[in-house]
Amino acid sequence: MTAARSETRSRSWSSRLSGWISGLVPKGQWLPDRQPAYVASWIYVFGVATLAGLVLVIASGLVLTIGGVTWWHTSSLGHFVNSLHLWSVELFFAAMVIHLWGKFVMAAWRGRRGLTWLTGAFSFFVSIGTAFTGYLIQTNFDSQWISTQAKDGLNSAGVGAAFNVMNFGQMVLYHVALLPLAVLLIVGWHIVLIRRHGGVPPIGADVPEPAAAGTADAAPATEREVR
Amino acid sequence: MAVFPPLAGLAPLDAGFVHWGFINLSVPNVLVIAAMLVVFVLALVVPFPEDES
Repeated sequence: MTAARSETRSRSWSSRLSGWISGLVPKGQWLPDRQPAYVASWIYVFGVATLAGLVLVIASGLVLTIGGVTWWHTSSLGHFVNSLHLWSVELFFAAMVIHLWGKFVMAAWRGRRGLTWLTGAFSFFVSIGTAFTGYLIQTNFDSQWISTQAKDGLNSAGVGAAFNVMNFGQMVLYHVALLPLAVLLIVGWHIVLIRRHGGVPPIGADVPEPAAAGTADAAPATEREVR
Repeated sequence: MAVFPPLAGLAPLDAGFVHWGFINLSVPNVLVIAAMLVVFVLALVVPFPEDES
């Protein structure tokens, strides 16, 4: 009876999902409290600063949804939260670009980390699209100017039929729902890959191939080797 | 929208543009890019605090 129940549990979708989630990264690597020696560098701070900026962007954006897109025109509080949203985006992008420069000169795609690099680059591009749709919903002359210029540019690139940057309602939903969700999913995937493969070792360091995720020996190979 | 009183005499500002061939950037954008490059170089050369433990 017990064995049959155990087998039923192992075949259930929730059990398989649980196993898949726990196997995404090596055991103990979801929130590690130790890192390889080479991670003790300021350049690694900028990835975390990017995440901090993203948290601020989402939080201030959620507050803005309470007052709506025109709130900042008529309320000093709305103006403050709108500015908080703008400057958290500035922090987010500045930290992300410095993070990108650092990873580029480190050739951080080495050691089967190509997908980590790609998801990082893709999150950058999707974030740019999200920021641009934010320009379109300022409800001022600036957003009118930008939307008409963007419309011409997108039409000349042949993608104007897919969406309309002068459709205010469509751009609001792109900015507050579709694109932020895409950014969060890609950034989440990026973080899982970092936890799965560990930070890239310095160029020329003698390290073995990264261990496969979910294997018995949990920590990424680079961490075991360099510590 | 009311302007913060100490800045009332300053707004709106026109800091100008930097033209270099086909590149056309506002001065504030140039300053931000320069600051990011400075921060990047500092991140490479400034030693990271050692963990006491």
